[in-house]
Amino acid sequence: MATGEIWLKVPPTIRVNYEGGLRPWVGGKDLILKTIGILGVDGATYSALEYAGGTIKSLPMYQRFTMANMAVEAGAKSGIIEPDEITLAWLRGRARQESRVFKSDLDARYERILTIKADGLEPQVAFPPSPANARPLSDVGHINLDQVFIGSCTNGQIEDLRDAASILKGRKAAKGLRLIVIPSTPAIYRKAIEEGIVGVLLDAGAVIGPPCCGPCLGGHMGILAEGERALSTTNRNFIGRMGHPKSEVYLANPFVAAASAVLGRIGGPDDL
Amino acid sequence: MRIEGKVWKFGDDVDTDLIIPARYINVSDPDVLAKTCFIDIAPEFASAVVPGDVIVAGKNFGCGSSREHAPLAIKAAGVGVVVAKSFARIFYRNAFNIGLPLVESEGAWNGIAAGEKVVVDLTNGRIENLETKKTFPARPIPEFMHRLIEDGGLIPHIRNIKKSAR
Repeated sequence: MATGEIWLKVPPTIRVNYEGGLRPWVGGKDLILKTIGILGVDGATYSALEYAGGTIKSLPMYQRFTMANMAVEAGAKSGIIEPDEITLAWLRGRARQESRVFKSDLDARYERILTIKADGLEPQVAFPPSPANARPLSDVGHINLDQVFIGSCTNGQIEDLRDAASILKGRKAAKGLRLIVIPSTPAIYRKAIEEGIVGVLLDAGAVIGPPCCGPCLGGHMGILAEGERALSTTNRNFIGRMGHPKSEVYLANPFVAAASAVLGRIGGPDDL
Repeated sequence: MRIEGKVWKFGDDVDTDLIIPARYINVSDPDVLAKTCFIDIAPEFASAVVPGDVIVAGKNFGCGSSREHAPLAIKAAGVGVVVAKSFARIFYRNAFNIGLPLVESEGAWNGIAAGEKVVVDLTNGRIENLETKKTFPARPIPEFMHRLIEDGGLIPHIRNIKKSAR
């Protein structure tokens, strides 16, 4: 702002097309974990990732946010989705000024184009210590957990909390497991109270934290001790990320996180 | 610009949590940050690093959280330059913006061992192993980015531009 200039390298674009309808308990988190698994943690370094295809066209906004949020886990500069009716509906009542829609040219040049078949996709779980270590839920095996964390910038929208609450309603977190929920913003926190979601989560034994990063980066409240294991809806699971260098973090979507909290091990809603 | 020093070697995908874990970033004093730089993967680094030392790393150095503390800690520890096969994007910008030079070199990693002395020539994009006398090409850094480093980072650089415009 001081000079009106900024230094940057213009990024090439990698387009990822997703085709097919999603199975139950599968969403944006699973699409992006699968994508990072294919690209690797530096597969999109300094590039722009553009998510497109039929699956994305019907993907709700909160799940698009998760995908955009995690573009950096593949090294990308940005993760973009062409604005459509879903985007414009989300903007209504939120945007303080007239929006201008930018779309990729029909003859745009892409550095690489990938296609991912989404219809057979299972919920994905990224194993420590890399967001690129994605495996389908059915290949996870028996992994006991000490903590489940639902929230953060990546998956702390009101819809994420609704997804988790729909699984946790009438159920309890496993004995000895810490279930921590952190809404992304004070407005989401308020909404979760008004909708009764906070009550459902408290009944399930959850601790609700104030909107912040919380244990995601080992900041506070839910820091992992030596040898502990957590499943988390956050964006990265590097060595020591949530506490002790000898603790482990697994990444998954809020449905899987909620089910895993009840099971005391990694599992999906179908295992309940 | 030439930097001569002893090599510290690291592998691929060294993330910012490994460069400086989040439990040590509740201060912003670079000299304090330097004391815990690489504490989980190279605990001896902070006490043994000497001004001018050179880091030689694999691909995707600095991936993960966008914390500026990471390049600040490396710079304050005295490291003169980081050489890597490639850098993560946010770390790359942060480093130049706080005045820590980085150079990309595909070949250097295989031809340089920990503890060896090297000279990194930023201007001509060349790294020389003083023990084996072998040289490795590095991707040249654009001219304006040399000035960022010479000025000590983006903020002092902008101040200098403003001063000379007056």
